[in-house]
Amino acid sequence: MVKGRKIRVLVAKPGLDGHDRGAKVVARALHDAGMQVFYTGIRQTPEMIAEAAFEGRVDVIGLSILSGAHLELCPRIMEHLGSKGLRNVPVLVGGIIPEEDVRALNDMGIRAVFGPGTLTREIEDFITRMVTED
Amino acid sequence: MPDCFTPGDLPDFDYQGELGHPGKYPFTRGIHPTMYRGRLWTMRQYAGFASAEESNRRYRYLLEQGQAGLSVAFDLPTQIGYDSDHPLAAAEVGKVGVPVSTLKDMETLFDQIPLEKVSISMTINSTAPILLAMYVATARKQNATISNLEGTIQNDILKEYIARGTYIFPPQPSMRLATDIFDIFKYCHDSAPRWNVISISGYHMREAGATASQELAFTLANGIAYVQAALDAGLDLASFAPRLSFFFCCHNDFFEEIAKFRAARRLWARIMRERFKAEDERSCMLRFHTQTAGCTLTAQQPLNNIVRTALQALAAVLGGTQSLHTDSYDEAYATPSEEAVTIALRTQQVVAFESGVTGAADPLGGSYYLEHLTRKMERETGEYIDRIDKLGGAVRAIEDGFQQREIEDSAYLCQKQVESGQRTIVGMNKFTSARTTTPRLQRIDPTQTSRQLDRLHQVKQQRDYDRAAATLHRLGEAARGPDNLMPPILDCVEAYCTLGEISDTLRRVLGTQKERAAF
Repeated sequence: MVKGRKIRVLVAKPGLDGHDRGAKVVARALHDAGMQVFYTGIRQTPEMIAEAAFEGRVDVIGLSILSGAHLELCPRIMEHLGSKGLRNVPVLVGGIIPEEDVRALNDMGIRAVFGPGTLTREIEDFITRMVTED
Repeated sequence: MPDCFTPGDLPDFDYQGELGHPGKYPFTRGIHPTMYRGRLWTMRQYAGFASAEESNRRYRYLLEQGQAGLSVAFDLPTQIGYDSDHPLAAAEVGKVGVPVSTLKDMETLFDQIPLEKVSISMTINSTAPILLAMYVATARKQNATISNLEGTIQNDILKEYIARGTYIFPPQPSMRLATDIFDIFKYCHDSAPRWNVISISGYHMREAGATASQELAFTLANGIAYVQAALDAGLDLASFAPRLSFFFCCHNDFFEEIAKFRAARRLWARIMRERFKAEDERSCMLRFHTQTAGCTLTAQQPLNNIVRTALQALAAVLGGTQSLHTDSYDEAYATPSEEAVTIALRTQQVVAFESGVTGAADPLGGSYYLEHLTRKMERETGEYIDRIDKLGGAVRAIEDGFQQREIEDSAYLCQKQVESGQRTIVGMNKFTSARTTTPRLQRIDPTQTSRQLDRLHQVKQQRDYDRAAATLHRLGEAARGPDNLMPPILDCVEAYCTLGEISDTLRRVLGTQKERAAF
């Protein structure tokens, strides 16, 4: 799928939360791993994220959520991605996500959830594997 | 680094000039002559839940458990100036704190809590003038004497551009709102209240990745900017300087953190005396709140977090903090459960009543190692402050993204050190074990949100609409001029204008801030 070019990743901060340390660290690590990374900045609506994913023609989307609003925000983001024809772009979530919510996120189409303590190279490896297998 | 520190590591050590007795300039050893022998620090746990009713219940529980002061967490819509019924608020009402859209919510929040007797801290920044007005209005309804009120309003907008992100307006008009608050209690009958008009915060920058010296330098540089802005607005230094307070993080490196707190007091005392020519000693005292470091807590083996928090709490106390929040061990999962909050509070109580460290002021003062570290922290911090001065001060440096970039670099370096194993996190990258049980979680009851929306709707229906509209109009007019905006905001609040309506009125006149591209 991405032979001969860089993997394109959108890192996005949905909702009103401004805690962006994780999003920025992951964005930079993926960039250093040779991917082309677009970081949206904070306070993005689901519409804005779908638009940025569309504009950037990205291969994968990473959402950073620490405010506890993941069960409300994720379905709306998935819906907007769908309406942009981006249903097949894999979406990952990182942040403070209680274990019992992971299944609910998977059920709505989120490919993987990365909690506190995740190493950035786990995320790199996951993306590389996923994008080259797809 | 030598194996052991000796008098040789402290050349030209000058006890009076460098340390002074506790309670004496430059306050390196603490701001009170007797420190905790006279009065313990205030144990103050930050909390706010789902709705005003639920938070009120938690606050009354905490007071019954022996906590001396309250610390209010607001939800994100409240922090960014959106009512609970705003479309952008939909996913976030009551998530990280209590929603307060109108005076009615504030009245509910403090129901049966005598504001004259309980010190209240409010973590609120861009909407601080509105929430402070609601608090004052609630106190008036309780027939409290305004000059008896005690507490703190965070009101530190500069660090929001650097780290936490709850800004609304651009930096310049935000500085005006911040300094309007410095002046508010003068407006409330010129009484001398026990209110801290700002809590100049390093905490969030540290959590975003800053090192100890970056935390200290960026905080003090912001402090300099606020003092200068208030002087430029015509305020008299002695009228507000003693009411400035600070808020720091206490991280893992035990002696470095103690050195940081001691260096903070010495640096600020000298800044106030030498740069701003403060004459009053109280204007030179750096008083601070501490919170243990949330970013050091791990999701793996969560009970280890209790130990981390205890060590950090001990360092904060040995550093001479005035008040302390200890983090709960389950915070890497969700907002804390009542059980975890209770253990966190008990941790402070063990330090206070069992460890014996309260027996002497600054018990580590004179340690060759600690005095060496205090000097080193002072030097590194001073160099950063010089760089910010050369960039034109904290506000200009923020607009250039200087502090943001420095913190991003530190956060990235820290992550790389953890991944390479150079930095050990017990239970995470060393001494790992099979997955332990997840703590019981605090869940938000969805009916709380609908009750909040019902109350907001009811307030809007029952209020005198013409009166509310007129107060908003007057606020808009005032915002175009130079006057203090607190009086018109208080009028709006008492007419039951909503937080969103007041914020929108100010947005139209003051403009809004866009994030600068980081990547």
